[in-house]
Amino acid sequence: MSSDQTPPAVEDVSTQEARMGDGADDRFNSTLREAFGSTPFILTKFDKFMNWVRGSSMFMLQFGIACCSIEMIHTYAIKHDLDRFGSGVPRASPRQADVIIVPGTIVSKFAPRMKRVYDQMPEPKFVVSMGSCTISGGPFQEGYNVIKGAEEVIPVDIHVPGCPPRPEALIYGVAKLQERIAEGESSPVTVKPYELEQFGDLEQDELVDKLASEIDEDDLVMRYNWNNSP
Amino acid sequence: MSLEKPSRDTALDVGVTEDGLDYDALADLLGGHVLDREQHVNAEGFVIRPDEVQEVLSTLKEEAGFDHCSCVTAQEYDDRYESIYHLRKYNDPTQELSIIVPSPKDDPHNESAARVYDTADWHEREAYDLVGIDYDDHPDLRRILLPETWQGHPLSQDYNQDQPQIVSLREHANPLDEDKRSEDDPDTMFVNIGPHHPATHGVLHVETVLDGEQIADIEPDIGYLHRCEEQMCQQGTYRHQIMPYPDRWDYISAGILNEWAYARAAEDLADIEVPEYAQVIRTMSAEMCRIASHELALATFALDVFGDFTAVFQYGIRDREIVQNLLEDLTGQRLMFNYLRLGGVAWDLPEPREEYFEKIRDFLDDLPHKLEEIHDLVTGNEIFQMRCVDTGVLSKDQVKQYGATGPVARGSGVDYDLRRDDPYGYYDELDWNVVTEEGGDNFSRVLVRLREVEESARIIEQCVDLLEQWPEDDREIQANVPRTLRPEPDKEIYRSVEGAKGELGIYIRSDGTDKPARFKIRSPCFSNLQTLPEMSQGEYIPDMIASLGSLDIVLGEVDR
Repeated sequence: MSSDQTPPAVEDVSTQEARMGDGADDRFNSTLREAFGSTPFILTKFDKFMNWVRGSSMFMLQFGIACCSIEMIHTYAIKHDLDRFGSGVPRASPRQADVIIVPGTIVSKFAPRMKRVYDQMPEPKFVVSMGSCTISGGPFQEGYNVIKGAEEVIPVDIHVPGCPPRPEALIYGVAKLQERIAEGESSPVTVKPYELEQFGDLEQDELVDKLASEIDEDDLVMRYNWNNSP
Repeated sequence: MSLEKPSRDTALDVGVTEDGLDYDALADLLGGHVLDREQHVNAEGFVIRPDEVQEVLSTLKEEAGFDHCSCVTAQEYDDRYESIYHLRKYNDPTQELSIIVPSPKDDPHNESAARVYDTADWHEREAYDLVGIDYDDHPDLRRILLPETWQGHPLSQDYNQDQPQIVSLREHANPLDEDKRSEDDPDTMFVNIGPHHPATHGVLHVETVLDGEQIADIEPDIGYLHRCEEQMCQQGTYRHQIMPYPDRWDYISAGILNEWAYARAAEDLADIEVPEYAQVIRTMSAEMCRIASHELALATFALDVFGDFTAVFQYGIRDREIVQNLLEDLTGQRLMFNYLRLGGVAWDLPEPREEYFEKIRDFLDDLPHKLEEIHDLVTGNEIFQMRCVDTGVLSKDQVKQYGATGPVARGSGVDYDLRRDDPYGYYDELDWNVVTEEGGDNFSRVLVRLREVEESARIIEQCVDLLEQWPEDDREIQANVPRTLRPEPDKEIYRSVEGAKGELGIYIRSDGTDKPARFKIRSPCFSNLQTLPEMSQGEYIPDMIASLGSLDIVLGEVDR
């Protein structure tokens, strides 16, 4: 609209007036606005609109575990600047975050805490697993203390492989996630996760009997059956 | 202090001669305590009785000057358990002595050294946790890396890795709750900091008890990133399979420094001579890693103190990107370099060489200006000074008691740098200085890192000059090393290098196969982190966070 206007030849127009153009809301005009024509309304499905909104403004959880978090810091910081993709606001509290990037090896002591952090995030929430360790345990897969992938604990939407993935790869992963969210795709949980459950609810066996004096009935525990891990 | 023996200084030189330690004199000092003597590659080992540990170690500490207990290695043999105390001296780390304490297979226990060296506290807890040796008279013997409900000791011989484990998520109790004198007595408040917290530099959990706003009790709880590095290295072959793991101990771009720790230990174990040209490349790339690591230390410290992702943080990251690009040109990787090989490096400098040297020189030329900018922003900033000067003070004695090394020790005026004191690589041919500051506070530690960046730049500059003039037909990057490396059986070695955070040591015992029988990592951060309670008792939480930041720990190396 404003593009085909010729600047006024009269000299007594102030700069401000010249910039304002014909109407006060001219500044908000854009190609998109032009495409819609004169109507301020668009018609869409509510779900579709919400999905688009969710994908376009994501609050990430500020969550560092291991080596990958260093590359994650670089992804947030200058040069790579994840903020360009509408997802660069790291939140310190899980209660304010939509997306958790899991950047590193998860070990037995940390998995219950990570599950708790994940549970504290409000729905809808999304998970990007960063690096080989969160896919399979990576180079530490054979370790006695290492969880064989983030999916054993929480459901994962996007896996970004690499050890560690470059910032570009993480950005690609986040962009892919946004695309999926905007299209309303959801990810199935492929592995039964290790759950937090009350100690009293565990099936009685040798190990449970042994620990009965150390753990209270209503304490939350996570039980690892290493030989069933994929 | 003045009541101590006046003749102490002369007595501290027991066995010191010009060509190294005279172990006979040391054995005479200990007299009947020495049951047997063993030859390790780095030093001699004295075998002593398990119930005489405190007596022997305090004699060595008080009368022979072994003031640095750098590491405690525990291991299980077919017929016995063994704890090795690696002792050395802060003023000359080439004077080393191993104290070997065997204990019986059916009921492994020996006297604790924690009453002599404070640092042994955590080291012995780790030995108990992973190998299963009980230490009598230990102040607080419980698991340190694995959860308290863990079954078995994973580095012992009969451990079954497939057995199920249960880990609890229970509320932490306030350890000072019992101390209340009456109902009206003011409460203390228990605060969990971490394991998911932006200021703990990873997954550290600090159990803090506050009295008003001051810290009444503080205990770091570690093990949230214990990913079995020692087991992984014991499963890998010397030649190729171990080298990728060191990159992941101190993962803040300090990869080549860590790789060098393994390379140095394994090369000395297997008698491999590294070509001079490769040593220069190693020295240059290691110092680049040090710069990258210190830049991030500064950036995150500023993040802790200023509290947001502001200019200083971004400046630090910006400068790191440049170093990482240089390292990527050299090694092909941004973070996990896997560049060193036993006996040399993986490949020569990238072609065209002139262009690469030009890039490095550009970086070095810009560096003084950038450092000046950072000094203007950070160390010259009045608010920053108020936060950091005289907070988190660590005295020289505390440094030595806890075995702290690296910038933490040098910030307290302990002049200890293995690059100079126990030379390796090309360092002793180059012109550079060891940086120390006397303050011992958070400010001094930051200042030491910033000044070390300048020294590293000097080293890199000299290496570039050397490499540029190196004759083309003499560019040997790799010594002749057998495809499968099998060091002779029962050779033991403890070797360390100056990593970004301090003394990074590795103990290897060979058993004649192509894999180490025991691989123990002495991580500088593990020892440095032990000083946190000393620094923060009675201080405010923000000062504790600043102290934690100035310690510059990296959890991958603390937990391994």
